[in-house]
Amino acid sequence: MLRDRLKISYQGIRNFDWLMFSIPLLLTLLGIMTIYSATRSVLDTQPSFYVRQSIWLCLSVAALFVSASFDYRKLINLAYHLYGAGLVLLFLTIMLGHTGMGAQRWLRVGPLSFQPSELFRIAMIIVVAKYLSTKRSPLSVSPLAMLVFLFVLIPFCLLYRQPDLGTAITLVGIVVLMVLVKGVQRRILASVLLVIVISLPFAGNILWEGLKEYQRNRLVAFIDPKVDPKGIGYQIEQSKITIGSGKFFGKGYLRGTQGPFRFLPEKHTDFIFSVFSEEWGAVGSVFVISLYILLIIRGYETAFYAKDEFGTLLSIGISTMFLLYVFINIGMTMGLMPVVGIPLPFFSYGGTALLANFICVGLLINVRMRRFILFY
Amino acid sequence: MRDKRKTITILAYISMAVFVVFLLRLWQLQILKGSYYRRQSEKNRVRVFKIPAPRGIIFDRNGIPLVKNAPYFIASLIPDLSKEGLDLKGLSRLLDMPVEELSRKISKHKKHVLEPIRLKEGLDFAEVARIEARRSDFPGLVVETEITRAYPFGSTGAHLIGYLSLPTEAQLRKGLFAGIPKGTFVGQWGVEALYDKRLRGIPGKRFIEVDALGRQLRTLKVVPPRKGEDLTLSVDIRTQKAAEEAFKGKAGALMALDPKDGEVLALVSLPSFDPNLFVRGISQKQWRRLQRHPGHPFLNRVFQSQYPPGSIFKIVTAIAALEEGVVDENFSVDCTGAVHVGIWKFSCWKGQGHGRTALRKAMVESCDVYFYEIGRLLGMDRIAKYANALGLGIAPGVGLSAEKTGLIPTTSWKLRKKGIPWYLGETFNAAIGQGYVSVTPAQAALMISAIANGGTVYRPELLNAPVSPEPIAKLSLSRKTLRVIRDSLVGVVEDLKGTGGTAKSEIVGIAGKTGTAQVIKIPESVKKKLASKYRDHAWFVAYAPVKNPSIALSVFVEHGGHGGETAGPIAKAAIEAYMKSSGYYVERQAEN
Repeated sequence: MLRDRLKISYQGIRNFDWLMFSIPLLLTLLGIMTIYSATRSVLDTQPSFYVRQSIWLCLSVAALFVSASFDYRKLINLAYHLYGAGLVLLFLTIMLGHTGMGAQRWLRVGPLSFQPSELFRIAMIIVVAKYLSTKRSPLSVSPLAMLVFLFVLIPFCLLYRQPDLGTAITLVGIVVLMVLVKGVQRRILASVLLVIVISLPFAGNILWEGLKEYQRNRLVAFIDPKVDPKGIGYQIEQSKITIGSGKFFGKGYLRGTQGPFRFLPEKHTDFIFSVFSEEWGAVGSVFVISLYILLIIRGYETAFYAKDEFGTLLSIGISTMFLLYVFINIGMTMGLMPVVGIPLPFFSYGGTALLANFICVGLLINVRMRRFILFY
Repeated sequence: MRDKRKTITILAYISMAVFVVFLLRLWQLQILKGSYYRRQSEKNRVRVFKIPAPRGIIFDRNGIPLVKNAPYFIASLIPDLSKEGLDLKGLSRLLDMPVEELSRKISKHKKHVLEPIRLKEGLDFAEVARIEARRSDFPGLVVETEITRAYPFGSTGAHLIGYLSLPTEAQLRKGLFAGIPKGTFVGQWGVEALYDKRLRGIPGKRFIEVDALGRQLRTLKVVPPRKGEDLTLSVDIRTQKAAEEAFKGKAGALMALDPKDGEVLALVSLPSFDPNLFVRGISQKQWRRLQRHPGHPFLNRVFQSQYPPGSIFKIVTAIAALEEGVVDENFSVDCTGAVHVGIWKFSCWKGQGHGRTALRKAMVESCDVYFYEIGRLLGMDRIAKYANALGLGIAPGVGLSAEKTGLIPTTSWKLRKKGIPWYLGETFNAAIGQGYVSVTPAQAALMISAIANGGTVYRPELLNAPVSPEPIAKLSLSRKTLRVIRDSLVGVVEDLKGTGGTAKSEIVGIAGKTGTAQVIKIPESVKKKLASKYRDHAWFVAYAPVKNPSIALSVFVEHGGHGGETAGPIAKAAIEAYMKSSGYYVERQAEN
């Protein structure tokens, strides 16, 4: 029977976490509204981003149900295949990908172009979760070295090549956190910290040299946005103006000016939160941030309830990913972080990211609804 | 796996910490600094464009407009934040300007200022049409409009009416015209400058919503401009024109006043300039040519040149003698052509002498010896007292230009200035308006105007407004003195031997006095053969009609020779023009 083969249980369906499903849905709908407002044409006709995002939402919801339906433990066996496929996609992106805004992030398949790095995140979290769950805690040197080489260095280099520094750093952050959760031998931790502290001055220099001009500018601008408000610091300053001008109740839906009049760059992608905040004020902003925190904490809660270590690590990886993305993105729009080009999950325009995020939520739901199942 | 509960609790706390950080930042941005950022976003979105205010029109006393408002077109570029895709070559062809000049102007523009960059000013209609037709090819290109002037009378009355131009660099550095929107034309000369504030009006504002590319999306609000105040001057442009023409190209000055209230009827300073040169931006070459012109066209001679008044000062000396009672009208002197004081000889202009001469004859024929004699009787200080009471030695305070005060010497003045006492011979010279004595054409006009109205010196009034005239000096004259002096002034023009016969008019009775300011002291017969720059300056002061005067004027002709010769006909021309213009002549004809 198909049902048996997929191990769909009625008990599981009864335990489907509708809250976990409805938060991303609500966020995405708010996102689509905001995309509409940010890109509403003022003088010229622009492609209707909100329509495309809506189509992607339908696909994503379907993907969520699919990824919640099968027993997530099947992924343990598929992990290396998925990861391998992910690496191939990343490699292909560098070889064949087309360029957008100084970076090669998109891969075109027929009429559709997508960002493999977004899907790669999932494979990465799965494979690290699997790898860690098979090792003994606390981790000793050799599995750690293996992990760093296989799951950190290789993808980091590939992402850095694109360059997609934002995603690369976020992924490293996720892996570091997962490793810490798993537990590392105290002496390893101590020596790693020592090495970091010692090499910090050199590393800073090497990193600085390795950065592209625009990346350096972003760092300079982060430290002092007023250096050149029309140049480097322009984005940060405009984003702060956009958010600040919303005041307590906001300017009202479709009454924001910073986005549609193009004062704010990347208005419907990286800086979508600013546009939302301008129109809905502190009230709306607190509501949206609360939704994110609720989702993240529920994700961590799922990790706690998970029946096996793979499920726990998977949930922690996914939740931490959301936390980092939200923290970096919203922090960036508020001028708390340097401008790092990563989107706000569910809100920002971008089909692949939306799809990937819904799959991740699907996996969380998957883990959560199978918490009562007795493993056999 | 470490302690699951503990690990996950820490992670939840981290999430909460992130939440709190965001909350605090939102509080800071949206609540504490919300109003600031709201203003910033408005500044982003709303651009204020100036609507120039039409300047007030200047009319002459008969309602003839002396100026016209004319549009002044400027091709400007709204600075574009993206600075992309500007077709410089195409723009250079469209505006007929070299590419280098364009890119220099664009790059000179400060990045942070959203003011339009002025590329080419003073466009003509054909250029405007061409630009408007092709504007869509050049995003950010606009045609701005300012309001400037056209002066239909050209150089006529230029010193009075003045002109507009953009503020100069030096003026802006000094902080003049602060608060006036950039690129506004301002009055720089004459009435245009003196009453600039009243004429200027208040520019309107157009609040336009723009996007980051500077594209104008819609008009949010319009504050209409307020037109400047119209001004009616006291000048009579027809008299002005006739007077200027009567100079026949000579340099000089003329000021005509209404003796009743001091209203300025004509104000001539020649050579002059065409104010129309300035309104579209004068070229460097034209400006230099005007600056270096030997005739100093920018000197307002009415107020800024001072010369010995010559015989027109005899009016003052005569009044002083009669009022002080040192002589009466029948007192006579035997003029033999010269008087000797010690080793010095003081000649009369008429070598053979006038014979027995009383006051009327002395005035009519301008006998110097007679005035030497009464000067001796009066002494310098008493003459000076009457001169000051008639407005001489005082700046009239019109404000049209800097003003010279002229000089009325006194004995104490000389002691103070030169450290030596006053000599009798100097009184002789002063009594006939030579030596230290000097006056400006404006003061000469005020003096004769006071004679015409009975002794009051009014501050010259440029506006034809019902304001009470402001006296700046007053001389209490006995009726008798006034009658004697006026009668003698009529004689100057009307009598057969009068020196001012050239001013005699068929249509109106004119009273006047000639004067000659010596340039160098050589016999008249020799001077006539000399180059014109050694010739004497000619003066003429007059008023008309003799009964109930309505115009009093002074005429000064540089190197005009004898006053009666060149200045008289000019006075006559101006007076006749005013009689016709003011309707007096028509009334008189109707009476006959």
